[in-house]
Amino acid sequence: MAETTVIRTEHLSKQYETEAGPVPVLKDVNLEIRPGEFVAVMGPSGSGKSTFMNILGCLDLPTAGKYVLDGRDVATLDKNQLARLRNEVIGFVFQGYNLLPRASLADNVALPMVYAGAGRDQRNAMARDLLGRVGLANYERYAPNQISGGQQQRVAIARALINSPRLILADEPTGNLDSKTSYEIMKLFVALNQEDGITIVLVTHEPDIAAYAKRLVKFVDGRITHDGGVASGMSEETPA
Amino acid sequence: MIAPMLEEAWHAMGANRLRAFLTMLGMMIGVAAVIMMMEVGQGAQFMVDQSIASMGSNLFIVLSGSTTAGGVRLGSGATPTLTTADADAIAELPSIGAVAPVAPGSAQLVYGANNWATSVMGTTPSYLDVRDWPVTSGNAFSQSDVRAGTRVVLLGKTVVKNLFVDEDPVGKTIRVKQSPFQVIGVLAAKGQSLDGRDQDDTVLIPVTTAQRKVFGSQFPGTVRFIMAQATSAQAMVAAERDMAQLLRQRHHLPDRADNDFDIRNLTALANAQAETTRVMSLMLGAIASISLLVGGIGIMNIMLVSVTERTREIGIRVAIGARERDILLQFLLEAIIISVIGCLVGVILGVGAAVAANLLAKLAVVITGASIMLAFCVAAAVGIFFGFYPANKAARLKPIDALRYQ
Repeated sequence: MAETTVIRTEHLSKQYETEAGPVPVLKDVNLEIRPGEFVAVMGPSGSGKSTFMNILGCLDLPTAGKYVLDGRDVATLDKNQLARLRNEVIGFVFQGYNLLPRASLADNVALPMVYAGAGRDQRNAMARDLLGRVGLANYERYAPNQISGGQQQRVAIARALINSPRLILADEPTGNLDSKTSYEIMKLFVALNQEDGITIVLVTHEPDIAAYAKRLVKFVDGRITHDGGVASGMSEETPA
Repeated sequence: MIAPMLEEAWHAMGANRLRAFLTMLGMMIGVAAVIMMMEVGQGAQFMVDQSIASMGSNLFIVLSGSTTAGGVRLGSGATPTLTTADADAIAELPSIGAVAPVAPGSAQLVYGANNWATSVMGTTPSYLDVRDWPVTSGNAFSQSDVRAGTRVVLLGKTVVKNLFVDEDPVGKTIRVKQSPFQVIGVLAAKGQSLDGRDQDDTVLIPVTTAQRKVFGSQFPGTVRFIMAQATSAQAMVAAERDMAQLLRQRHHLPDRADNDFDIRNLTALANAQAETTRVMSLMLGAIASISLLVGGIGIMNIMLVSVTERTREIGIRVAIGARERDILLQFLLEAIIISVIGCLVGVILGVGAAVAANLLAKLAVVITGASIMLAFCVAAAVGIFFGFYPANKAARLKPIDALRYQ
C-alpha cells in the first residue's frame, strides 16, 4: 500500500440529535496523520476530542464529511469490515485500562487474536512475548485485580499490540496514574513509536504528557485551533 | 472460533455458580417433569392396550333382548331369544370371521380335597379364536365334542392354581356341579380385563354340555349371548348391520317391532377408553411442559441480567474487534450450555423418578428413547429461543455506549 496517510479526515462533522435540537460536536475537522507520527490531542472537556477519537477508532460514525483510515473510506465499510479494522489496524488503550476482570493477563492480551481466528498455541506464545516486552514476564496467569494500575495499563498496551496494528489510539492512558508511572508508560509509547514505527494518537490533559509527542492538535469547541509543534502549541495559551 | 467461546462461556458461568445452578434448576425440573409424565402416561396407555389385546379385536357381543312383563322391564338377556342356530347363521355372514355362542353360569368345582366356585362358560371351539386365547397345555375341545355334548373342560389359570396347586391338571377328572368332567387343557393367562375382572377365573365346556347337562334350560338350544368377530376393523359397520338384518329375519320380527336382541361393539368401548388414556397422557405432558417454558423464561431473565452486568465487557470486546455475531454467539452459547446441562440432569432425574415410581408404587412406566430425545430437543430449542433475545440485545449494543457504561 502506498497511501501516504494513516488517518485523513475531510470536512468531518458530527452532531448529536437531542430533544432540544441538533447539537454540533465536531465542525469541519480536517486532519492528516502520516505513518510513524506521534500526535497528542488536547482540549478542554466538551471540545469534541473524545468524539473525534471515537470516530477515528471506528466506534462511531461522522454525520458528514469523510474519514479515510489506512486507505479505506470508512463510510463504505459494513459493520463486520469495521470490526476487522478495529481488530487488525487499530490498537486501543483506554484511561480505565478496560481489562476483562475474570480473564488471566495472558487471556486478556490474547483476546484480539481470538477474534482474528488464531489458534490457542499461537495466542499463548504471542501473549507471553508481549507481556515480556511491557515488563510483565511471568505474570501470564495473574488476574487483573492482582496487579497495580500501572501494570494493568501495560497489559492493556500489550493487548493493543497483539495484532501488530499500524495505529494506536490512546484515550488519556495516564489519567489514572501517578506521575512516575505515567512517565514509564509514556516511555513505552515513545519506544513503540520510534522502534516499531507505530503511529500513535494520544489524548491527554497534561502538558508534560503531551510533551512526549512530536505533534500537537488542539480542539476547542469542535474545531482544531492548533496543529503543529508541541512547544509552540503550549506557549500560545488559549484565551478563556 | 467456537472452542475458545465455549471455554469463555464455561468460565462466565463459573464466575457465578449459584446463579447458573439456579437457572439450570428450572430446566432440570421442567425436563424431569415432562419425562416422568410421559413415562407414566405411556405406562397407562400400555396397560390399556394390553387389556384391549386380551379381550380380542373387532369384537361384537350380541345379547338377547330385554322384555316387559306386566309393566316391569327386565334387563338385557332376560328373554332367551338367541340360539346356537343363530350363531351358526351369523357365522355364514361374509363380514364375520369367528362366532361363539356362550351359555354362561357358575358352578362349584371339586378336585380331591379342593373346591372352588367359578364361572363356567358353555361355548364352542371358536370362542378361543374370538378371544384370541391360546391353550398352553393339553388341547382345546373340538366341534365333535360340541355335537356330542361330552364332559370335557378347559381350565383358566386361576382355577388351576386353586384346584391343583402344583399338580398337572391335564387328564385329571374334576367334578362340576357333581358330574365328572375330564380336564383336556389349560388356557393361557390373560390377566385383568378393562373393568378389573380376573379373566383367568373361568372354565370352558362345550355349549351343548352346558345347556343339557350342567345348567339346563326352559328353552333348549338358547344361549345368553353370542360373541362375533368381524373380519377386519373396516368391516365393523357392515358386520353390525348384517347381523341385525339377519337376526330380525330369523326371529320373524315385523318391520315396526323393536329388536329382541342387542348388538354391542366392544372394540368401540375399548377404543374410547384407549383414547381417554391417550388424551390424559398428552395432557400430563402438556402440563409438565409448562414448567419447561417457565424454566426457559428463567434462562432469558438471567441472561438479560448478565448482559446488563457485562455491558462494559461487551464494549471492550467490540472495541478490540468482536463482530456482532461473535457477541451473539457468546451469549447464545451460555444459554445453550445452561439449558443442555439442565436438561441432561433433568433426564437423569426424570428416568430415576420413573424407575422409583415403578419400584415403590408399582406404577406402570414405559421409558422410551423417543420421550427422552424429545425432552432433550425441546430443552435445546428452549435454550436457543430464550437465549436469543438477550444475546441479540448484547450484540446490538452501541460500542461507545457500552464502553462508557459503569
